[in-house]
Amino acid sequence: MDTTQGTPAMMDDTLTLPRTADGAPRIDCRNIKVFYGEAQAIHDVSMSFPDRAVTALIGPSGCGKSTFLRCLNRMNDTIENCRVEGEILMDGENINDEDVDPVLLRSRVGMVFQKPNPFPKSIYDNIAYGPRIHGLANGREDLDAIVEKSLRRAGLWEEVKDRLTAPGTSLSGGQQQRLCIARAIAVQPEVILMDEPCSALDPIATARIEELIDDLRSRYCIVIVTHSMQQAARVSQRTAFFHLGNLIELGDTNQIFTNPREKRTEDYITGRFG
Amino acid sequence: MSDHIVSAYSEELERLSAEIMKMGGIVETMIADASRALGSNDLDLAKEVVARDPLVDAIESDAERQIVSLIARRQPMGHDLRMILSAMKISSELERIGDLSKNIAKRAQRLDENVNDEMRNAIMRMAQPVSRQLNNVLNAYASASPDKAKAVWESDDDIDNHYNSVFREMLTYLVEDPRRITAGAHMLFMAKNLERIGDHCTNIAEFVYYQVVGDYLSELERPKQDQV
Amino acid sequence: MTDTVRTSAPSAAAAKHLKRRRARDGRFRYYGLTAIFVALGALAVLVLTIGSQAFSAATYHVVKYDVTLDPAVIAPEGANRPADISRNVEGFYGLVRDNLLTTFPEAEADRLSRRELSDFVTRLAVLPTARMVANNPELVGNAITLTAPLNDDLDLYLKGNGVRERKIKTGTVSSVQGEEDGTFRLSGTEAFEAVVAGLAVAGVDRAEDAGQPDVLLTAGVSTGRLTEIGAGSARMELLTGRAQDFAQARPTARIIVSAESERTISDRQIAWVLALKEMGRVDRVPRWTLLTNSDSTYPELAGGLAAIVGSLLTMLITALVAMPIGILAAVYLEEFAPRNRLTEFIEVNINNLAAVPSIVFGLLGAALYINFLGMPRSAPLVGGLVLALMTFPVVIIASRAALKAVPPSVRSGALAVGASQMQTVFHHVVPLAAPGILTGAILGMARALGETAPLLLIGMVAFVGDVPRSPTDESTVMPVLIFSWSNNAERAWEPLTSAMIIILLAFLLVMNGLVVFLRRKYERRW
Repeated sequence: MDTTQGTPAMMDDTLTLPRTADGAPRIDCRNIKVFYGEAQAIHDVSMSFPDRAVTALIGPSGCGKSTFLRCLNRMNDTIENCRVEGEILMDGENINDEDVDPVLLRSRVGMVFQKPNPFPKSIYDNIAYGPRIHGLANGREDLDAIVEKSLRRAGLWEEVKDRLTAPGTSLSGGQQQRLCIARAIAVQPEVILMDEPCSALDPIATARIEELIDDLRSRYCIVIVTHSMQQAARVSQRTAFFHLGNLIELGDTNQIFTNPREKRTEDYITGRFG
Repeated sequence: MSDHIVSAYSEELERLSAEIMKMGGIVETMIADASRALGSNDLDLAKEVVARDPLVDAIESDAERQIVSLIARRQPMGHDLRMILSAMKISSELERIGDLSKNIAKRAQRLDENVNDEMRNAIMRMAQPVSRQLNNVLNAYASASPDKAKAVWESDDDIDNHYNSVFREMLTYLVEDPRRITAGAHMLFMAKNLERIGDHCTNIAEFVYYQVVGDYLSELERPKQDQV
Repeated sequence: MTDTVRTSAPSAAAAKHLKRRRARDGRFRYYGLTAIFVALGALAVLVLTIGSQAFSAATYHVVKYDVTLDPAVIAPEGANRPADISRNVEGFYGLVRDNLLTTFPEAEADRLSRRELSDFVTRLAVLPTARMVANNPELVGNAITLTAPLNDDLDLYLKGNGVRERKIKTGTVSSVQGEEDGTFRLSGTEAFEAVVAGLAVAGVDRAEDAGQPDVLLTAGVSTGRLTEIGAGSARMELLTGRAQDFAQARPTARIIVSAESERTISDRQIAWVLALKEMGRVDRVPRWTLLTNSDSTYPELAGGLAAIVGSLLTMLITALVAMPIGILAAVYLEEFAPRNRLTEFIEVNINNLAAVPSIVFGLLGAALYINFLGMPRSAPLVGGLVLALMTFPVVIIASRAALKAVPPSVRSGALAVGASQMQTVFHHVVPLAAPGILTGAILGMARALGETAPLLLIGMVAFVGDVPRSPTDESTVMPVLIFSWSNNAERAWEPLTSAMIIILLAFLLVMNGLVVFLRRKYERRW
C-alpha cells in the first residue's frame, strides 16, 4: 500500500509490544481437541505459529480450520456446548486456563472475519472503539493518533482521512475489510487471525488485502484461514492442511504447493478430492 | 494418480503429455534415421530427416501454447505444476535434440568420397547408445518412473566415454590421411552433436525425476568425469 | 454454441401444459387481487360510514343571544367575587331564557310553551360565558353577545338528520284574513296545489292512525301550521311571527312526515329555530368542544378531553412499566440466558401470555391492584398497570425479534476487539435493534390504547366530568368513552361516537406514523 508515503514517525514501533525473535513460535498449540457436544471437530492437533510470519490454514469446508482458528482467541467460548481441550501457549501461558480473561486475550489476539463487519458507526468510531474500551488512549489527541496510525497501517488513511465521520458501512467491501483490519490493529494485538478475509471481495480488493497482509507480516504473527489455495500460496510462509479435523500436513508454503509430502494434501491442492 | 474433479483439466494434461511423447517419438526416428543415412550414405534419407525438423518445432510451439494456457487457466499446483514445468523443459530439450539430429543429417550430406567405412562406423557405434538413452528417458517419462530416469542420468558417463574414444579414433584417421580433414571435421561435429544429445537426455531425465519426485536430481552426487 | 436459441416449437402436449400453467398463474393473481379489493373495500366502508357520521358531529349550531349583563342578576353579591359569578349558572341562564322569551313573546302563553322554549339551551351551556365574565368583571353591566350551543335535537333538525320533512315552495299568497278562532285563512290562485300533491305522496309513508302530516308554512321569521289545505286556500294556525308576513309572499311549506308525538321536537320549536335562523342568530361552527370539553349528559356539551387526558396518562404508565420490563427481559433472554429447559419454558409462556384475552388481564388487575394492593379504582395508574401487563409480552416478542435480526457478525466483531458480552450487547446490538424494539413497543402501546375490556373491570367506565390531573384521579379513556357514548339513547350521540372513534383512530395513526418514521430514520443496513 502506501507505506512509502507514511511519515517515518508513523512507521515507528510504539504500537507494538516487545517481540520474540524472528520466526520463533508466538503461539504453541499442543494436543488441541475441540468438541461440539458429542461430535469431535478437531482431533489432537499440535502446531505452532511463528512470529512475524503468515501461516495459512487450508482444507475443504468443514475440515475444522475455522474452528481451530477460533480456539486461538477463544471465540469458541461464545458458542454453546463447544468444548476445547489441550494447551495453547502464548508467552508460556496457557490461554485456555480458567484464570485467563478471554476479553483481555482478544485484545492481544485480533480477529478479522469472512464478511467485512464494520460497526454501523463512523469510520473513526470503528477504530476508536477498541482503544476506548481498553483504555488505551489518554485523551482525544492520543485517540486521534491511534486512529490515524491504525488506518495508515491498514493502508486506508489516504482514502478516508477526509471523511472519518462517514459511516463505516459506506465504504466499499475491500475498504470495509481493511477498516476491520485497522480496527483489529488499533488494540495493539500481537497476533491477527483472519477467517477467510477475502472471500467476499473482488480480485482487486483481494490483492489490496493480500498486499496489506504482506505488510503486516513484519510486525505481527498472522494466521489466515482461506479457501483459496492460490491466496494461501501468495500470502503465507507456512501452510497447514486440515482434513476432517486432523492436521494432515504442515510445512513451508513453497513445499506444500510444489511438492506436498502427503497424498491427501497433493490431491486437495491439485483439485483431485473426491 | 486419480483424476481431477474438473475432467477437462485431466484431459488437457494428458494431451500435453501425449504431445511430448509424440515429439519424443519423432526425435527418436530422427536420430536413428540420421545415423542410418550416415552409415549407408543414403542422401535421400538424410534429406528426409532434415525435412522432419520443422514438424518438431511446430509441436514444440504448440506444446508451449498449451502450457501457457494451462498455467493461466488452471493455476496448477503440486504434481500438476511440476508436470507442466517439466513438459515445457522437456519439449525444449527435445527440440534441441531434433536440431542436433538435423545437423547430423545435414553433415551426412556434405561428406566427400574420402570418408572410409571405419569413420562412418565409429559415429554409428556412438549413435546407438545415444538412441538408447533417448529411448530410455522417453520410457521413463511415459511410465513416470524416477528409477528409470535416474538410470538414464547415471549412464550419461558412458556416452561421454564413447565420445572421448570416437574423438581419439577420428584424430588417428585424420593424421593418417590429411585429405579426410574436411569430412573428419564434419564427423567430429557429429560426434559432438551426439554427445550433446546425450546431455539433453540427461536433462530430460532430471526433469522427469523432478516431475515425479519433486526433488532435483542434479543436487544428488554424480561422479562426472569431464575430460575434454 | 450460444447462438442456437431454443425456438418455441413445443409439442402439442407441452403447449397444453404451458397453457394450463399460465392459466393457473393468472388465476392465482386474480385471487390475490380479489382478496386485496375485499380488504380495501371493507376498510373503505368502515371509514366512510364512521367518517360521514363523524363529519356531521364535526360542526354544530350555536345561537347568539344579545344580553345585557345586569349586575343584579349575574352578580347579586357584587362584581368583585368571580367565584360567585362563575357559579351563577342560574343567573346567566335566566338572561338567555329572558332573551328567548323577548324574541318569541307567544311562548309566554302557557307553561308547555315556556318549557319548549327553554329547552333551546341547557343550563350548563352558559357556563363558559359565566367563567369568561368572572375572569373579566369589567363586562358586568355591559351588553355582550352570548353564544350557546343549540339543543342537540334542534341541531340535528337543522343538519337535516332529525326529522323527515319535504320542503315545497308554494305559489303567491294573495290575501291573509284573520278568522274569529284566531286562525288565518290564506288564499291565492293555485297557491297550495304543490303542497296538496306533496301531501298525497307523503301520506303513503305515514301510519294509518297518525292522520294528516303536519304542514308548516314559513315566510321570513314567521311560521304557521296549516290545518286545512285546499288547492287555492288554506287555514293556518300562526306559531310565531306575524300573519301579515305571508301576504304577497311565496312561503315555504314543510311537510313533516313524522307525527309531533313521535318527534323529540315540537312544531313550535321548529318554528322558533327557523325564525332564529332567519334572524341570522344561528351559526354552524366547528365543534372544538369535542376536544376541549369533558363528558356531559347533554350531547351538545359533551367532549372527550377527560378521556384523551386519561388515555395519555394511562399510556404513560403503561410505557413506563411495560417498556423497561419488556426490553430488559428480551435482552436478557436473547443475549445472556443459557438455552435450557427453563428458558424454553419461559419463552413458551411469554408467547402464551401474549395470547391471553385482554379481559383476563382486567380481572387480574382488579384482583391484584385494587383488592389486594388497595389502589384507587378508575385511576389511570391502575389502568396503565393492567395494560402494561398486557403489553409487555408483545414488547418482549417484538424486541427479541429485533435483537435476533441484528447479524451475528456485529457481535463477533465487537467480541473480537475485546468487548465484554455486556459491552457488545449495549454498545452494538441494542442500538442496532432499537428501531425494531421501539416499533414493537409502540405497536404494543397502540394496541393497549384501543383496549376497552380490561379497563371496564377496573372501573374506568364511570362517568367522569373532570379532567384528571394525576394518574390517581378518577378517569376514563377514549375507547371506554366510545363504548359509553354508544350506549346512550339519544340520537345525537351517534355522530358524536363516530367523531370520537375518528379521534381515537387519529391517535393510532399518529403512533403508527411514528413507527414508520422511526423505521425510516434509524433503520440501518448492514
